[in-house]
Amino acid sequence: MFDSTFDAVVPLLCVILAALAAMGAEAFRARGERMPIGGLGIVGLAGAGVSSVLLWNRNAASFGVILADNFGLFVTLVLVVVGVLTIMFSSQVVRRDALPAGEYYALVLFAIAGMIMMATANDLLVIFLALEILSVAVYVLTGIRRDDQRATEAAFKYFLLGAFSSAFFLYGIAFTYGVAGSTRLDRVGAYLAAQSMSDSPLILMALALLLVGFAFKISAVPFHMWTPDAYEGAPAIVTGFMSTGVKAAAFAAFARVFLSAFEPFSADWAPIVWIIAALTMILGTVVGVAQSNLKRMLAYSSIAHGGYLLVGLVAANEVGKAAILFYLLAYAVTNLAAFGVIALLGSRDRGNDELRDYAGLWHTRPALAALMTVCLLSLGGLPPTVGFIGKWYIFSAAVSAGYYGLAIIGVLTSVVSVFFYLRVVVMMYMAEREVAAAMPPRVTGVSMAALAFAIFVIVYLGVMPTQVLDLASASIATIF
Amino acid sequence: MLALVPLFPLLGFVINAALGRRLPKTVSGSVASAVMVASFVVSVMIVLELAAMPADQRAIEQTVYTWIASGDFVLDLTFRVDPLAAVMILVVTGIGALIHIYSTAYMHDESVGEYARYFSYLNLFAAFMLVLVLGANFLVLFVGWEGVGLCSYLLIGFWFRKRSAADAGKKAFVVNRIGDYAFILGMLFLFARFGTLDFRQLASTVAAMPPEEGVFGALSIASLLLFIGATGKSAQIPLYTWLPDAMEGPTPVSALIHAATMVTAGVYMIGRNAVLFSHAPETMMIVAVVGALTAVMAGTIGLVQNDIKRVLAYSTVSQLGLMFLAMGVGAFGAGIFHLYTHAFFKALLFLGSGAVIHALHGEQDIRQMGGLRRYLPITYWTFLIGSLAIAGVPFLSGFFSKDEILYETFHGGHTLLWLIAAVASLLTAVYMFRLVFLTFHGDGPHAVGVTSHDVGATSPRVGATPNDVGATSHGLGAAPHLHDAPPAMALVLIVLAVGSVLAGYVGIPHALGGHNALATWLAPSFVPVGGEIAGEAAAEETALELTLMGVSSLIALAGIALAAFVWLTRRALAAAIALRYPTLYRLLLNKYYVDEIYDAAVVRPIQALSQEGLWRGFDVKVVDGAVNGTGAIVDASATLLRRLQTGSVRAYAGSLFIGVVVILGYYLWR
Amino acid sequence: MSGYLGVIIYLGFIVAFAVVSLAVARLLRPHRPFAAKLETYECGARPIGEAWVQFPVGFYLVALVFIVFDALAVFLFPWVLALRGLGVWGVAAMLLFLSIIALGWLYAYRERILEWQ
Repeated sequence: MFDSTFDAVVPLLCVILAALAAMGAEAFRARGERMPIGGLGIVGLAGAGVSSVLLWNRNAASFGVILADNFGLFVTLVLVVVGVLTIMFSSQVVRRDALPAGEYYALVLFAIAGMIMMATANDLLVIFLALEILSVAVYVLTGIRRDDQRATEAAFKYFLLGAFSSAFFLYGIAFTYGVAGSTRLDRVGAYLAAQSMSDSPLILMALALLLVGFAFKISAVPFHMWTPDAYEGAPAIVTGFMSTGVKAAAFAAFARVFLSAFEPFSADWAPIVWIIAALTMILGTVVGVAQSNLKRMLAYSSIAHGGYLLVGLVAANEVGKAAILFYLLAYAVTNLAAFGVIALLGSRDRGNDELRDYAGLWHTRPALAALMTVCLLSLGGLPPTVGFIGKWYIFSAAVSAGYYGLAIIGVLTSVVSVFFYLRVVVMMYMAEREVAAAMPPRVTGVSMAALAFAIFVIVYLGVMPTQVLDLASASIATIF
Repeated sequence: MLALVPLFPLLGFVINAALGRRLPKTVSGSVASAVMVASFVVSVMIVLELAAMPADQRAIEQTVYTWIASGDFVLDLTFRVDPLAAVMILVVTGIGALIHIYSTAYMHDESVGEYARYFSYLNLFAAFMLVLVLGANFLVLFVGWEGVGLCSYLLIGFWFRKRSAADAGKKAFVVNRIGDYAFILGMLFLFARFGTLDFRQLASTVAAMPPEEGVFGALSIASLLLFIGATGKSAQIPLYTWLPDAMEGPTPVSALIHAATMVTAGVYMIGRNAVLFSHAPETMMIVAVVGALTAVMAGTIGLVQNDIKRVLAYSTVSQLGLMFLAMGVGAFGAGIFHLYTHAFFKALLFLGSGAVIHALHGEQDIRQMGGLRRYLPITYWTFLIGSLAIAGVPFLSGFFSKDEILYETFHGGHTLLWLIAAVASLLTAVYMFRLVFLTFHGDGPHAVGVTSHDVGATSPRVGATPNDVGATSHGLGAAPHLHDAPPAMALVLIVLAVGSVLAGYVGIPHALGGHNALATWLAPSFVPVGGEIAGEAAAEETALELTLMGVSSLIALAGIALAAFVWLTRRALAAAIALRYPTLYRLLLNKYYVDEIYDAAVVRPIQALSQEGLWRGFDVKVVDGAVNGTGAIVDASATLLRRLQTGSVRAYAGSLFIGVVVILGYYLWR
Repeated sequence: MSGYLGVIIYLGFIVAFAVVSLAVARLLRPHRPFAAKLETYECGARPIGEAWVQFPVGFYLVALVFIVFDALAVFLFPWVLALRGLGVWGVAAMLLFLSIIALGWLYAYRERILEWQ
């Protein structure tokens, strides 16, 4: 029907169509009528997944600005998984909290569309466009519980600071254009490669400002301040979605821009990213230890995980190549599942996300407790889970690239972080329920299936990581 | 075949974790014990197969599958049993099976759910321990290493209703994490340097390098990091403080995990990497010194403790110190030999103490005991055999292994270390028989009560675990109804007592006309594949060995005699000594105040940093200042916005902006 | 940097224009202030009280819908000018765009955003 110009945007179109359909369904829905809007979203995401698989190894490009190379497709697939799991978890939450289903799913899908666009964009302006699409959707999702003060406040803060950082990012694009005469990454890369070694302040300005824009989205220290608030204020499942999807997409674009276009200047950005990575890991872990609210604890923990990803970026050598994408997948699935459990345990009026709410969960909901344990062990990087393999790869990449300092900090923080993950485990198995506490709510089949799938992935990739590791290293080879 | 060894306990774990609450206690207990017995049987078959092979080729490998393969880095999930691992799997499955059986009786008062939970943890522990022992490379070993740690915390805190138990679990966790940190770094370092984590490849590579005599190079750094990891897991200075607290767990757990198996993992790991360590003499010296010092320090603390299990815990720390001493002086075979005999008598002693505690309904304070030999004959006799064995009385298992360590130390020219080790074994005899005499001899239980001999009773902090307080009341009334260990427990005690007597006979030294079968058996494990196996001991050293043997026998007997003199005949003497040197006594009683020092030097500052500094200062003030302020206000949205505008968002944006300025500044002014 | 010379000159003109026109006005105009004249001009609404007051949320919704129209106009003008060159493809693309926007309006209508509450 169409020529191959459109190939690369097919995954994106699938998701956008699903999002539009969800919005349309909401518009035409009679009051009180229930529609399988979530199912619609899953169909769209499945389309994106299938088309990504079909596009594999074909290096399709659309309009020169969307590039469906294996790197982009790998991240797209990760995002599809994130999206499907989010929708499956949400089905229960949306009903329980009486959220507007059409808007909710449409926003999730628009956000995913933005993320996929960001991961496959080959042009700074398109990256910016994608960033805004996903950001606006996520701002709204953060505040989707309009009757909740905290949520509203979180959304507003997130929005203001997001706008602020977007300005920096845009400024960075402007400088890049000023220097290189293009916003296309391949042209920027070609121009920069031809330059003699740096000392052009404009290039460094561009570099720094782009770095800030990305660092904000992956909530790296000191651009992380919005994160704990936004993550705590948003409904748990949205937090899970934000902390995985947004981070994965932003990190993909980050890696693409800095490892391809700005690769010739890696000697200039690596020291900065080194420091940011170290600060991020330390702050995320140290402050995380002091938390007694599970959502807030996981918010800090996800800051720390951003730091580990940055370690992979700094140490982008042979070993590190595979590590980045593998860790992205590992982290996304694990963290989303953990937030999924939190979301499922909440009730309409109470989040039930304090540490003491988890006391004796083993006795009331053994299956949930066991699944949560696997998630937490994986986040802590204990073998034989996927989290362990991911961390092992990241740190051995750092060591073999000669970044001993980063490896030492990374191992230290991940060792410390186990403390707070295990505290939850201990609470679930070895503490008495408060007598007055209500029974945690039942979990529906769909949500349970999503959890089971996530746990399967966590354990499977911990035990059999080889295939996906190969896939990951083959994918990232397409960008540098 | 090899994979079956850890798979059986894993199966038991799955059954008990999934169905345990619906199964009657007898079934879940039997399942847990049966899988251990099955695992033991398989282990025996494997070892027999191994023994049938020629000595220098004894190794059976099973690659389950390729775990990680990416680029040129290939890592298999491989199990390998060689003579060293063979000894370990026999100890773990054999002693493990016995302790499972013992537990079926010991834990019988728990509810169905708790009972199943207990056995599922215990099985899971055994599975991980076997993975640790059988792993053919560091990463597989690490899976077991972390796994046993996890199970250990869960079991220490098993009786979580006791606050001290929960705290002990936490402490064990934190201290072990410090060790693990170094361990992971050591692994990463080795991986980055040599590109492999397989023990055999590593050994061959290292063997080709010259030993780092007098220099502190890559091998020394890597081995030192690994050793720090071992001090965490095996409770050595400076990371030993968690083990005595770990006694808050059920007694069989103390026997299995905190005496016989898991805590020996560090010793095993050094033995496994014997080639690496012997190429790093500087590290070896550190290992030896740390081991010797730990042995003496823990021994002195053990002298004055009043909790029956804590005495045994310090004894464990002390014996582990001796093992590390052996490793440090290069006597890997001797260290493993002691590990193996120690597993028997220490398990026996712990289980015996468990029988005492069981009979006295939870009483653990030896000052409240006495004269128990009349009521608990089986426990008494088995406990006595265990004590004789650990004290190193001739021709019991502990004698052979401890003597070999002392001999090797002396023979290696480490006279000072030998002296320290000799003092440690004297202390062993004294504190063990203090325990025996106070517990089983003397007047009937509680008749003496808290009499003369304790200054410590006045000091508020000492040994006052919560259960001590209430225990006094029911003690006296319960005395006439004391009953000896139930059949399942008694059987296990007797089997272990026989083991404690006989286990040493696999390693009769040449000096006594034996041919040290164990040392010969183990020797191939401590050299690289195809390397030359160390020769037989020369004949001219027989005289020296016999002399040292005589000395250590005398030491053991002297220690027992001393204990008998003080605690059997003149109890007042102990009190008098304690009164005479109150500072020393209190120093020992409070374990050299190491816990307090760590608390003040490490724990508090970190807490202050994360609680007060980063969290309170940074987050609560800046972040929550805005959030909490809004909750109470009725006119929500307007006020909310105002606060947002005037408050924290500015701070956030400020942080963002400062970040930008710093980065730009770096580029402009570097 | 010579490429930026024009930009700098342009910048100079911008600043000069503002300064010059304000200065000229200051010189030429009569200076007779009274209360109403000194008030802030806010689109005809009388600014009373503090600036931080609650606006009805409906304002924002209308503004949002307006922005959609606005953006549409921005796209439509150049499209019309270039339509001859774009051909059928251009028409189809714009129709798709319009229908997506229309879906948005439809949604807004169904959600009763256009009704003033």
